[in-house]
Amino acid sequence: MSDFLTHYAFLIVPIVKIAILVFIVLTVDAYLTWLERKVIAHIQSRWGPHRVGPHGLLQPLADGVKFIFKEDPLPASVDKAAYFIAPFITLMLALTSLAVIPFGPQHFTVFGYETHVGIADVNISLLVLFAITALGVYGVALAGWASNNKYSLLGGLRSSAQMISYELALTLSVVGVLLIAGDFSLRNIVDQQQNGNLGLLGWNIVGFSKDGIGFTQIIGFICFFIAAIAETNRVPFDLPEAESELVAGFHTEYASMKFAMFFIAEYTSMITVSCLATILFFGGWLSPFPASWTFTDYLPSLLLIPFGLWVIFDGIRYETIFGRIVLPGVGAVLTALGAALIVFPPFNDAIQGLFWFLAKVFTFLFVYIWMRGTLPRFRYDQLMSFGWKFLLPVSIANVVLTSAVILWRMH
Amino acid sequence: MVPTTYYLLLSAVLFGLGIVAFVFKRNIITIFMAIELMLNAVNLAFVAFSSAFGKSDGEVFVLFVIVVAAAEAAVGLGIIILTARNRRSLNVERVDLLKL
Amino acid sequence: MTASLFIFFVLAALAVLGAVSLILQRHPIHSALSLIVVMVALAGLYLLMGAEFVAAVQIIVYGGAIMVLFVFVIMLLNAGEEERTNFSKLATYAGIPLAVATAGLIAAAIVRSSSGTLSTAGASGALTSTRTLSMLLFKDFVYPFELTSFLILVAILGAIVLAQREN
Repeated sequence: MSDFLTHYAFLIVPIVKIAILVFIVLTVDAYLTWLERKVIAHIQSRWGPHRVGPHGLLQPLADGVKFIFKEDPLPASVDKAAYFIAPFITLMLALTSLAVIPFGPQHFTVFGYETHVGIADVNISLLVLFAITALGVYGVALAGWASNNKYSLLGGLRSSAQMISYELALTLSVVGVLLIAGDFSLRNIVDQQQNGNLGLLGWNIVGFSKDGIGFTQIIGFICFFIAAIAETNRVPFDLPEAESELVAGFHTEYASMKFAMFFIAEYTSMITVSCLATILFFGGWLSPFPASWTFTDYLPSLLLIPFGLWVIFDGIRYETIFGRIVLPGVGAVLTALGAALIVFPPFNDAIQGLFWFLAKVFTFLFVYIWMRGTLPRFRYDQLMSFGWKFLLPVSIANVVLTSAVILWRMH
Repeated sequence: MVPTTYYLLLSAVLFGLGIVAFVFKRNIITIFMAIELMLNAVNLAFVAFSSAFGKSDGEVFVLFVIVVAAAEAAVGLGIIILTARNRRSLNVERVDLLKL
Repeated sequence: MTASLFIFFVLAALAVLGAVSLILQRHPIHSALSLIVVMVALAGLYLLMGAEFVAAVQIIVYGGAIMVLFVFVIMLLNAGEEERTNFSKLATYAGIPLAVATAGLIAAAIVRSSSGTLSTAGASGALTSTRTLSMLLFKDFVYPFELTSFLILVAILGAIVLAQREN
């Protein structure tokens, strides 16, 4: 049995990793919708979902059940091939782009097969991500067209034109990072931001990296983040799918399960873009503290234990009985996890990279949600002129500036 | 590794299918897509030889072919849009007189 | 049957199926989707040969920009399905055997040529890194490179002028 596993490990290990990753990403998607509704609600001085489970935590489950049981109508005069393919393409591309992202620094060996934290370690991973982003336009365009509906078609065409325009700025804003790193592989880009004892200062956003060749990429980061928000069709760039504008834009004619596919694809691409932003500009899984400050290794447990205790304390006084059982249980698990991290140092070492990566990704997701609650949306012509007349020239200027600084420093 | 002959045969088959589509289809946009298919077949032959000889010159040619195909697609589709507006049809069999 | 050969046959079959579907579909949008399948299959073949940058450029530029242009034009012009016309019987009954014969002739010429002993490199990618490609592009081929950038500029201007409505 273990012989079979060793022989076919190159096939079985990636499949297991894919299963784990898809499960985790779908759960994170679901709870991201909960987080979004809660945060936007609190920004707007109301409560958000708080009835379905303790603090509304079972709301995503209720939404999932609704999506499964709702009728999935097929309008009569749609183009059946394109109607079925469009949500499928969008979801497939969004989930595939997670395959090339490295989540942590460890290399570990299982059944004699050396592997790493991440599914595929290709040396053109950044180009693969751009290729997938480029193909993502089709899902939107086909969805708009297949619905045989003027408003969907307009919404789909506007949305795909927006995605194509901002894709240029997205690709160019990353070229500065590529010039500094000299490599397309995301894992190598993170490794080059690791500068011994510099910690935070070695990240590309500050740029004291790589034998003095680095240059701060803050312009590149701002261009990248704005372009990424436009790529994922989020506020303030979400005119094509806004509810008060073109009914619901390109996904008007889509109901339960197909709409759920678009929905999941949007949140998954949000997660991918946040992961990209942390890897390219914020040092991925690197800690902001210098490597010699080993006492900062206890930061995860320092955060988990008080949070767990607070959840227990809050749960004991909760209004429903269900909450009074579940919340202290969850809190106890979190506290035990925090304590286990202190007691078992090897476990703590393994979790460091992943902890910092997840912390940064969640910070970006929070900024995404914060912007949705705060900003009004662009009008379509303002959006297009902003992309072509401001963002693209600024990205090109960033490339020219970075290459000039690198050339000057190399002499 | 895969022998170069296989790639060349595939390139010839795709080129032939492009010619068939070019001759037999009547929608001007589909004819244009057949041209793109032929260009892709040629690209495949270029990359196959570049990989067989170990030099990158073939790949540079492929980049140029892709760029020229992009420029041609832009201008060609502009012409198609104008023709479609004037003749109100995308069927090439209707565009057989100089008179509108 | 090594893994490379197996992947080659799968991708080649996908490409040929896409091309045949381009011919057989009635609506131009389905032909466009088939062409996109062909391009993605070809990008996979480029990866198999170790030309990774070209594969990425094929998907990003060809599949993500040029074909999007085609799809937009088809959607905006509202191209309908093709009507049925009567083809001449001569074209079908004499043309298809002739086409097969011509194809066989070309295939025989390819197989007997001196490329019969050549074999493409594997997907190890060390063959042509992006660095080598860019050295060639910006040193030996810098003149064609500048010319093509000028060509794109001319194409952009041409497309804008062509697409304007007359006032």
